Amino acid sequence: MRAIAAIARKDLLVELRTKESVPAMALFAVTTFVIFHFGLDRDRLEGELAAGVLWVTLLFAAILGINRLFVAEREQGGFDGILMAPIERTSLLIAKAGALIVYLVALELIALPVFALFFIDQGFWDAVPRLAAVILLADLGLAVVGAMLASIAVHTRARDLLLPILLLPLTVPVVIAAAAATKPLLSVPLETSGVAKWVAVLALYDLVFGLLAYAVFDFLMED
Amino acid sequence: MPALPLDEAGKYVAGAYGVFVTLLLVYVSIMGMKLQRIEREIQELIELAQRRLKEHG
Amino acid sequence: MIWCSAFWPTRYSTSSWRIDLESTLFGRGLKPLAVATTVLLATTLALVFFYAPNDADQGFIQKIFYIHVPLAIVALFGFVAAGVMGAMHLRTRDDSWDARSYVAIHMGVIFGVAVLATGAIWAKGSWGKWWVWDEPTLVSFLIVFLLYVTYYPLRYSIEDPQRRARYASVFAITAGAFVPINFIAVRLAENLVHPRVLNQTAGDMPGEMRLTFLVALAGIALLYVTLMKLELTSKNARRQLRRLRMLLEDERTGGAAPPPVATVPAKPV
Repeated sequence: MRAIAAIARKDLLVELRTKESVPAMALFAVTTFVIFHFGLDRDRLEGELAAGVLWVTLLFAAILGINRLFVAEREQGGFDGILMAPIERTSLLIAKAGALIVYLVALELIALPVFALFFIDQGFWDAVPRLAAVILLADLGLAVVGAMLASIAVHTRARDLLLPILLLPLTVPVVIAAAAATKPLLSVPLETSGVAKWVAVLALYDLVFGLLAYAVFDFLMED
Repeated sequence: MPALPLDEAGKYVAGAYGVFVTLLLVYVSIMGMKLQRIEREIQELIELAQRRLKEHG
Repeated sequence: MIWCSAFWPTRYSTSSWRIDLESTLFGRGLKPLAVATTVLLATTLALVFFYAPNDADQGFIQKIFYIHVPLAIVALFGFVAAGVMGAMHLRTRDDSWDARSYVAIHMGVIFGVAVLATGAIWAKGSWGKWWVWDEPTLVSFLIVFLLYVTYYPLRYSIEDPQRRARYASVFAITAGAFVPINFIAVRLAENLVHPRVLNQTAGDMPGEMRLTFLVALAGIALLYVTLMKLELTSKNARRQLRRLRMLLEDERTGGAAPPPVATVPAKPV
């Protein structure tokens, strides 16, 4: 437990000082919103279009952050340190996934208000509580799968090319469920029916892949 | 939506089964080429072994 | 093909020779399997075109169902099985399980091409378009297919053979767990908007159709297993030949005594 906290704290401190990932992710998201405005030629969005734009942008911004997750470990020998220390190797996975969730939440704290500012006319604040729950569950799934795949991709030759193509198909259920849950929340007028079903799907995804990543991570850390 | 008349539908059905058969045949021919390569390699190795036997024997 | 060299390493240390010369035989039972496959597939063709009645709604074009759906089901089961084989590889460290996992995925991808092609032809004949988002099985299959295609660049871009096999097994397990979840998610999503049209016969099939479908499913399943065995036998043969060549060539040029050849009997599959 302390190992997890220590590793996570290290990552968050580094991020706080160097400000490498989160500002880039946030900037990417905001710029993507602008591009969507021009690409779709729309001043405001609602319902499924709003949900789609939001989730596609969040997903691609997340990939930016995931790409860099293990780069420091790879370049500075952090993997060897984990292997030699008397801690469970899955601590690394949990710590990285935890750090990734923090990055994603930080990203969303910036991206969501901007999204509402650009595209949503009314009803956004009413939607926020349920939206936050959906986003957190989706973040959890993205973080777990992202951390696991990042630790795979970092050992390959073409790592930043390989990660997105490995990750994107695996995150399709998250996008399906999150967008379908967000659609009624961003509709005018706001609806809440049908959200629970998709929240259940997200929870199922998180559970299955959380357990899977935990079970399998040791094999990825062997030398 | 109305069902296609038999002659038109037949082309699609033939196309689908044809794709399947073609893929199968392509696979079998690729397997055949691999087998040929294996046979050639066995031949080379036999010659290699015979040469070695002559050297040692 | 380049993937072959990424599949098995081509350099070994002398100390690993003894381990490598004992090997599993993949070719056992290939002939009866092939015979059974041929019989079942021929029977399927006969049943499809001479026995099964024409579908009331879709007409003759529904016959594609008998090849398209079994291919999809077998491919998906093959992918899940590949995950199990990957788990076995991680548990036993036996390279033959990695081989089976790789070939299972390879066959699944090839069958997947056939699924997508026959699905597109069916869509064109039924809807007039080469691709439709209405059919959740097809859409879910596309996503799975895209995932498994990344298996090849993943294998190819890892150099250390031990790590490559391990990571490939982890991928196979993850992707295998993904298949059912993805299927559920897509099914739920499509139900909201589009009624399922292409596969309506699934629920209330008349007996003749059901029989034909089951025979087709059995035939395609056996085809999958047969082709897997074929591929495994061929790959293993080439790998053993490479070992043999290294054994022979090294003894020619080097002066050291050759390592003793292990006479452990080969383990059948």
